[in-house]
Amino acid sequence: MEQSRHFLILFRTFLKIGAFTLGGGYAMLPLMEREFVSRRRWITEEEMVDIIAVVQSLPGIIAVKASVFIGWKVAGIMGALTAVIGLLIPSISMITLFAYLYVSIQDNPLVQSLFIGVRSGVTALILLAGIKLGKKVLTDWLSVLLAAVSLAAVWLLDIHAGLVIIAAAFIGYTLFGVFRLNIKAFGKRKTGKVQSIHGKEDES
Amino acid sequence: MIFLQLFWTFFKISFLGFGGGYVIVPLLEAEISQNAWITQNEFADIVAVSQMTPGPIGINAATFIGIRTAGIFGGITASIGMILPSLILVIIVAHVMDRFKESRIMQSILQGIRPAVIGLIGFAVLFFASMSIFSGSLLDETFSLSFKGLGIFFLILILTVKFKIHPISSIALSALLGIVLFHFL
Repeated sequence: MEQSRHFLILFRTFLKIGAFTLGGGYAMLPLMEREFVSRRRWITEEEMVDIIAVVQSLPGIIAVKASVFIGWKVAGIMGALTAVIGLLIPSISMITLFAYLYVSIQDNPLVQSLFIGVRSGVTALILLAGIKLGKKVLTDWLSVLLAAVSLAAVWLLDIHAGLVIIAAAFIGYTLFGVFRLNIKAFGKRKTGKVQSIHGKEDES
Repeated sequence: MIFLQLFWTFFKISFLGFGGGYVIVPLLEAEISQNAWITQNEFADIVAVSQMTPGPIGINAATFIGIRTAGIFGGITASIGMILPSLILVIIVAHVMDRFKESRIMQSILQGIRPAVIGLIGFAVLFFASMSIFSGSLLDETFSLSFKGLGIFFLILILTVKFKIHPISSIALSALLGIVLFHFL
């Protein structure tokens, strides 16, 4: 009963995402964050960030990979299939209609205006989703530095996002895995126990 | 036979397509000119339609080419070919991450990756802004600001923070405002 509700919600949400996110990959982030992180708490902020990392570093269509990962996390392999089918129904039906009716599409100025409007709004939505996730992740000066460096790498140096993630994985492993670096989080007193991931692990 | 060929072609494209639409388009173009499945003009239209409709370009192209060459089942075969590599790879990676989520190695890797992802989200904000709120480069004199775009940006920002309106309502409102401000004014 509970499980079938999960499938229904997955299907419905990705149907909406498939029908309303214009502009690809990141445009669907605000919707996913709202539905699965803020509203239903099926996924934590950290897990959402991990999903983006995986989706960025594997080949294929970003929206498809994100729906598969979230679907899998919520309800296993059947959940992944449910999510991806929901995601693809709107575009496949639209393109099927187009293939049979085949009308040549020109650069329609009305559609262009609509798009500039949507992108302006989506900029605000992605910014807010980024702030929400960033609050959980950027907890010390090193993480802020890592975020700034990766932004500069993709923006100014035009480095592929997948490569940035792989490089960050190496940096993380070296600093925190090999050298066991433990950095004081913002707003924590010197004597206060640092609630880092390692701290938790060492206790057990 | 055509079904197998469609499936394999799109499976291959999807498997090589690191980085989404921008990488998949040139890969598709190469396959299309080789197989003569659809004309260059039809392909240009597919790219245009994909930019105007919500779907991912890879799926749209696969569906269209599949239907054109082998009818509705061709479309389905091509789409499945396009999805399958992602489906398999993501589920494998998700399993591995889940299995080793407590290990120090996985934790340290994630500790490095998570801030980088926030940087990438920052870039996505700049990317969308550069196609709506400003044009040219942020860093030199080619920069120019669009006050209409900026107006929509701040309106959505306020409506979302203050009134918690749903992202879909935001997108619909932005589309409407875009038509009114950029087309009729």
